[in-house]
Amino acid sequence: MPLVRPTGFAADTWFRVEDDPERQPHAGMAEEEAVGRILPLARALQALEAGAEAIGLDLPNDAEPEQLETFFGRIALIAVDFPAFADGRGFSIGQRLRALGYRGALRASGGLIPDQFAYALVCGFDEVEIDDARAARQPEAQWLRDVGRPGWYQRALTAPGAA
Amino acid sequence: MYRYDEFDHQFVTDRAARFRDAVARRIDGSLSEAEFKPLRLQNGVYLQLHAYMLRIAIPYGTLSSRQMRRLAHIAERWDQGYGHFTTRQNIQFNWPKLKDIPDILDSLAEVEMHAIQTSGNCVRNVTADHYAAASADEIEDPRPAAEILRQWSTGHPEFAFLPRKFKIAITGAPHDRAAVKAHDIGLITKKGPKGAVGYEVLVGGGLGRTPMIGKTIRDFLPKEDLLPYVEAILRVYNLYGRRDNKYKARIKILVHEEGLEKIRDQVEEEFAARSKEGSKAAPPPEQVERILAYFAPPKLKRRRRRSDKLDAAMAVDPTLGAWVEANVAEHKRAGYGVVTVSTKPIGGAPGDASAAQMNLVADLAEAYSAEEIRVSHEQNLVLPHVALDDLPELHRRLQAGGLATPNLNQISDIIACPGLDYCALATARSIPVAQMIAEQFGAGERARDVGELKIKISGCINACGHHHVAHIGILGLEKGGVESYQITLGGDATETASLGERLGPGLSFDEVVPAIERLVDAYLALREGPEERFLDAYRRLGPDPFKTAVYDAQSEAA
Repeated sequence: MPLVRPTGFAADTWFRVEDDPERQPHAGMAEEEAVGRILPLARALQALEAGAEAIGLDLPNDAEPEQLETFFGRIALIAVDFPAFADGRGFSIGQRLRALGYRGALRASGGLIPDQFAYALVCGFDEVEIDDARAARQPEAQWLRDVGRPGWYQRALTAPGAA
Repeated sequence: MYRYDEFDHQFVTDRAARFRDAVARRIDGSLSEAEFKPLRLQNGVYLQLHAYMLRIAIPYGTLSSRQMRRLAHIAERWDQGYGHFTTRQNIQFNWPKLKDIPDILDSLAEVEMHAIQTSGNCVRNVTADHYAAASADEIEDPRPAAEILRQWSTGHPEFAFLPRKFKIAITGAPHDRAAVKAHDIGLITKKGPKGAVGYEVLVGGGLGRTPMIGKTIRDFLPKEDLLPYVEAILRVYNLYGRRDNKYKARIKILVHEEGLEKIRDQVEEEFAARSKEGSKAAPPPEQVERILAYFAPPKLKRRRRRSDKLDAAMAVDPTLGAWVEANVAEHKRAGYGVVTVSTKPIGGAPGDASAAQMNLVADLAEAYSAEEIRVSHEQNLVLPHVALDDLPELHRRLQAGGLATPNLNQISDIIACPGLDYCALATARSIPVAQMIAEQFGAGERARDVGELKIKISGCINACGHHHVAHIGILGLEKGGVESYQITLGGDATETASLGERLGPGLSFDEVVPAIERLVDAYLALREGPEERFLDAYRRLGPDPFKTAVYDAQSEAA
């Protein structure tokens, strides 16, 4: 699954357990093994409660971003779910996470289209996760073209990643 | 009037180029039909019953003569020679070809116009009182705030994919001509505790299949908090609005299901949190100054309150007198009037104007109204700043163009959606019903005697014709393959807003006009005097006498 970043397509160094049968969690699995894995929210919260660091997690778009606030320093990646490209709830979640002070990597997962890439960046996302079929149908150039807009009426909106 | 700065120009031109690019990507298969659809809609392009329809934004209903001429040009070059003014102060062209639309958008951009966000699940064109800066009862011109909202909402990255469409209306006067209580957000300009101007904010109004009157979420909002507060409402809506059912996705349903108190708490909390960290939504002061300067009142010559010229002309021309009486409202400056140019000729399609008529209105605005034109949500055109001395000549020229019907607020001043003649969603005809009613009552002595009577017709439950807030509402449905029309009474879109109540069983197409006749006759017999409007009489008497009038007579006839 490629990632789209302002610099272009990039390989994903994170993985989800359900996508990789070789690395299924097991009893007694050391917390550090969680590094590099994107955990489901409930599992991530458990790990964070137990003191885990550098956690990556999937945040469904009906979950409250506020519940992560106390752990921000130990979260390395939040992947906000966009169940459909026309469901823009995640844009507000991205804004809110940044407004609450989250500084880690912020990813939009799901089926965003190139015409939404600049929106995602301005709402605080660093990258968009797409599937291979989309990457083939909507190649890199189409995504990067969207970044070169003349600007925004919402002039005070800040650069990606900044609150 | 507002003029584009370099950024506005760049934005609109870039947007047209992007749409051209999206069309190309649709054709080469990069974009699926489902992916292209919201992009097409957010650029104003609908797929209708027979063809594509392009809806062009007329922000807060204000147009210059130059812009009106460009609309006429578009009608002639790319459409069938006419356009249709809508209840959201926009204009629709019903017959453009998809391949021509990028060229039309380029042509619009040249005169500082666009079709951005006239459709789709985003913040739509912000509407305002069409008498703005002209009416005698105004506290403040609402258009600078509307322009600030336009800029803020245009291409807003967070709110381009909302659960459903989102409509904002603003009035600067206590008498609400902008139907603000029927909008997702309604803003009423008012004076605050220390005389400062601000807004009462309403939320959750709307028509459609679940009509609701907006509720006050903030009694007084200081002016400078407008954008941060509206942004807080939009964020709460984007986060919590329903997305499981498009018919339950408007903010009115969220407010209804969660309760006003809970939504208010969420909005106020969001607003307070963002204000504390210094909200980024508020516009820079220099931008506000720039916008305000563009809305400085036009330089109107001092004039005497009465016009001898007009009085003399009216004395010999009763047609002029009837038109002035019906279509000219009091202006805030002595010796001027606010003129409504009716686009509801008896037997015509409400809101339609030919290219020749658009050009005529552009000429007249240039000659008599500081080059300004307004579009009202009731689908008429307005010349906001006309000297009373000029009315006889203006009237003569409007007559020649078929635009002098003296029927503002009368029974033939009907709002009608496009209905089955154009719309893919419609279940019944609307325009022919409007035409029949107008032909039955005309715009003469009888209509004047009936007085203010607002009839609004929708051709399906989506209620684009605003029938819920009509004194007499007509809703066209389809039952067993035939059109069936439901009558509602007692609706009101103004500051005393209310929803109409259903009178009884549906009527066939042929029964509608006789039923309206009987309603009007019953009203004339029951009213306490000519000053008691149909709506007032209905509120005093309730539905029973009107029910009897329509249905008892009907069963007798059967």
